[in-house]
Amino acid sequence: MGTSDIMDDLILNMKVVYARAYVRLKGLLREPHWSIAEVIIPLLSLSAYVYMYTMLNAPAEYMAFVIVGGAMLAFWSNVLWGMSAQLYWEKETGMLQHYMLSPASRMAVLLGMAVGGALNTTLRSISILLVGTLLFPVEYNLIDINALLIVFLLTITALYGMGMLFASLFLLYGREATHIADLLQEPIYLFSGIYYPVLSSQIFSQAVKLVASIIPLTFGIDAIRLLLIMGRGIGDVTLHILGLSLLVAILLPLAYIALRRMEEISKRHGRLTLRWQ
Amino acid sequence: MYAVETVDLSRVFELKGKSILALDDVNIRISKGEILGLLGANGAGKTTLVKILSTLLLPSKGSAYIHGYDVVKYAKDVRRMINLVSGGETPGYGMLTVRENLWFFSQLYGLSSSLARERIDMLIKAMELEQYKDVRMHRLSTGYKQRLNLARGFINDPKVLFLDEPTLGLDVVNAKHMRKYMRDWVDSDRARTILLTTHYLAEAEEVCDKIAIIYKGRIVAYETPSALKASLNNGVSIKVEILSNDHTPTTTSSSSDNRSRMVEKISRSSGVLACMLEPLGNGENGYDDDMGKHEKSSHSNGRYDSNSNNDDSSSSSSNGLTRLRIMLDDDSKIPDLVSTLVLNGYKVLSVKKDQPTLEDVYMRYVGMKDNGMG
Repeated sequence: MGTSDIMDDLILNMKVVYARAYVRLKGLLREPHWSIAEVIIPLLSLSAYVYMYTMLNAPAEYMAFVIVGGAMLAFWSNVLWGMSAQLYWEKETGMLQHYMLSPASRMAVLLGMAVGGALNTTLRSISILLVGTLLFPVEYNLIDINALLIVFLLTITALYGMGMLFASLFLLYGREATHIADLLQEPIYLFSGIYYPVLSSQIFSQAVKLVASIIPLTFGIDAIRLLLIMGRGIGDVTLHILGLSLLVAILLPLAYIALRRMEEISKRHGRLTLRWQ
Repeated sequence: MYAVETVDLSRVFELKGKSILALDDVNIRISKGEILGLLGANGAGKTTLVKILSTLLLPSKGSAYIHGYDVVKYAKDVRRMINLVSGGETPGYGMLTVRENLWFFSQLYGLSSSLARERIDMLIKAMELEQYKDVRMHRLSTGYKQRLNLARGFINDPKVLFLDEPTLGLDVVNAKHMRKYMRDWVDSDRARTILLTTHYLAEAEEVCDKIAIIYKGRIVAYETPSALKASLNNGVSIKVEILSNDHTPTTTSSSSDNRSRMVEKISRSSGVLACMLEPLGNGENGYDDDMGKHEKSSHSNGRYDSNSNNDDSSSSSSNGLTRLRIMLDDDSKIPDLVSTLVLNGYKVLSVKKDQPTLEDVYMRYVGMKDNGMG
């Protein structure tokens, strides 16, 4: 493959990433009522936790923990339903065939979904954070914004890397995809510490913390809380950054391998474009 | 170099522990600038062949090439040169407009903004979608969705376009318009090629340079429409109208069973190559009784289906009146055939010799095999 071929491929795949992300963002603009609902519903859940902590006279920063957790939860929901189950839905609606037929890299298609989903969810997540902060008496203590941005970007990359990996696996499981997503939802809420600190508390044993660390959300939320609420600097989240970087380095190549494997298996068995199989 | 070539292409599906041979040593060669019609009943292997050629499915044996590129080894190169449109498939995202969807697909092929705009405008005009260009896809009727789907197929100006029953869901006028567009598209650049799978024999006859008949995964005939018809020179096609003497009221299913038995019995008679029920009413998709003899001979609903001999085609029988199309190896067999019908309790109202049509060709190749004669 010559340099011009590589350039052609690169341009093609960048266009694909943009086009697929465009679909996601267009969806947000065309159906704004959904976005409003997706801000209000998480706020209801996190309000319950805020009131519970208020009743228990928990430290003030716990309310901020809940709001940050609620804002980050939006990403997990998007990764689960908007990324992991997406290829399955694309197959069900007949769109997957169009992607498989095109010369575009399948990773570019997934990346486009991820970029669109991440941008879309960031807007939602910021809305949750802003509304939550207006509704409840929470205080932030941010001293290292660069560290916060690094941690946030690494968390999102690792999370969507996981989503890209799950997308192929969910497709192979066919119609069980929605059940798998359901199964993954609640345990993640429990172990990743959406509404309470996990890594920097003694709630779980070290073994459970280690398992929980496989979920990018666990590292991400913990580090963001330390930086945004507890006023810590990059030196306090080095382990988190290393953990997240390792997850990115593992999840993205795994996603690529799984995607190749999924395509190969599906083409061999004729399941790639046939619905309900 | 051929636009499309297959060499001993086979595909086996494993289903519940059983092996199903979907394609069996298929050898086809489509030249550039040609439209090949692939005819076959449901399950004959048409879509399997198209999916292998379009890199969506792996062959079990043999090889296939698009413009010399192996579809397995060079799938990515092949994908740059092809597109596929299937009847009834989703032409995009429901919340995007017609124009946005076409732009989206243009990006999957890396078209530049100016080229994409130019081509989208051209296709919107060609598919008569101007009025709907800013309408969201989910609001389009089935027919307009299919027009958008066809536009999607042309968006990358493919060298080889696979059309898998593309006029499914289109009305008479639109289907005809579409066929003309296909023909003009190939004629305007002889480097372009179309492989069209269809149930509509007249559609194939109207637009195709060559026709391949596929039966149970095998290509049983492969020629130009005129050569295929000429191959029937020693065969005779007749239309027979008969009336059942038995006026006992019957249920729809028993009436259907009776007709099926009759067709089977006639098919086994000496000198009969094939026999099928003929429609008494109008068809659809541009092939009705007003469209000439070839169209008239097509099956109920204008579709050919090899299972239709056993079908309860309401239009092939009315008040005991049944119309049959029968292929004989020699016209001297006509009196014997009439005797057989009379002896079996039918009143023969008319017997009319007809010019061979593509349907007769299909009957000859597929009907004979169904009768265990092939």
